[in-house]
Amino acid sequence: MPIIEISCEDVWREISNYVDGDVDPVLRERIAAHLKSCAHCSAVVDGTHNLIRLVGDGRSFDLPNGFSERLKQRLAKTGR
Amino acid sequence: MPTPVQSLPESELIQRVRDGQAELFYQLIEPYQRSVYAAAYAVLGNEADAEDVAQEAFLKAYSRLHQFRGESKFSTWLIQIAVNEARMRRRKDRKNLYESIDDGYLDDSGDYFPCDFADWREIPSEALDRRQLREALSRAIGSLKPLYREVFIMRDVQGMNVRETAEVLGINQPLVRTRLLRARLQLRDALAPGYDGAWSTGSPSYKKVRPF
Repeated sequence: MPIIEISCEDVWREISNYVDGDVDPVLRERIAAHLKSCAHCSAVVDGTHNLIRLVGDGRSFDLPNGFSERLKQRLAKTGR
Repeated sequence: MPTPVQSLPESELIQRVRDGQAELFYQLIEPYQRSVYAAAYAVLGNEADAEDVAQEAFLKAYSRLHQFRGESKFSTWLIQIAVNEARMRRRKDRKNLYESIDDGYLDDSGDYFPCDFADWREIPSEALDRRQLREALSRAIGSLKPLYREVFIMRDVQGMNVRETAEVLGINQPLVRTRLLRARLQLRDALAPGYDGAWSTGSPSYKKVRPF
C-alpha cells in the first residue's frame, strides 16, 4: 500500500511526539517518508533531538554556587 | 549494630524526621535540591527568586511532612510544593513583566511553525563544557513564556514523563504535549543558528536559511 504523503506543517505539528516515539505506526511511517525527501523538516527533527540531548545532560542546569550551603544555613536557623 | 543513618532508605528517613529527628531532614532532601530548584526556576524564570522559593518549599515540606502519604513519589510531592510556592510568588510579584498583561499563562493561539532551518549538526560532547553554549541555552529557556518553560523544564530537563509533568503542574496530558511542542520548536529556533558557526567562530552573525 502506498504511503500517503503529508505536508511540512503536518510534520511540524507532530515533531515533538515523533521524537518521543509517541505517534502511531502509520503516522510514524508517513513522517519518516517525508523526512527522507525534506531537508528542512529533517533539520528541525535533528535539532529537536539535539536540544533534548543537550538539556537532558545534567550539566545543562546547575544549582547556583553555594546553594546547598545557604539551604543548610536556612534550615539550621529554623531548627531543622 | 544499628544501621548507619547514611544508608537509611527514604521511607525510614521520612519516618524518623516525623518522629522528631529533625537533623535528618537535610539528608532526606539532599538528592532533590536540583529538582526543586529547577521547578521553582521553571515557574519564575530567575535564579535569585528560584533559590529563595526552593528554600521556602523545603521549609514547607518539613512542616507538612506528616501529610505525605506516599501515594506519589516523594520527589513528585516536593516538586508540587515548589511549583505551588513559585506560583504564589509570581502572583504576589507585581513587578513581573507578564503579570499586568496575561500573567504569562495565556496559550498563544494557533500553531507555532519553525522559522529557521539551519542544520544543527551533531553535538560534540565537549560542546557542553563550553560556557557560551550553556549560557545561550539558559538565556533561551529563560525567554520562554512561563507556561511553556514549566512544561519544558519538567519534561526535558528533569526527565519526567508526560503523566508526571501533568501531575506536578496540575494540567492535562494533551496540554503538556501541545505546550512541549511549542517550547521545543521555539528553543530549537533560538539555538540552531548557534550551530551554524556563530558559537564556534565567535561571529556575531550567522547564516540563516529561510526557504519559505
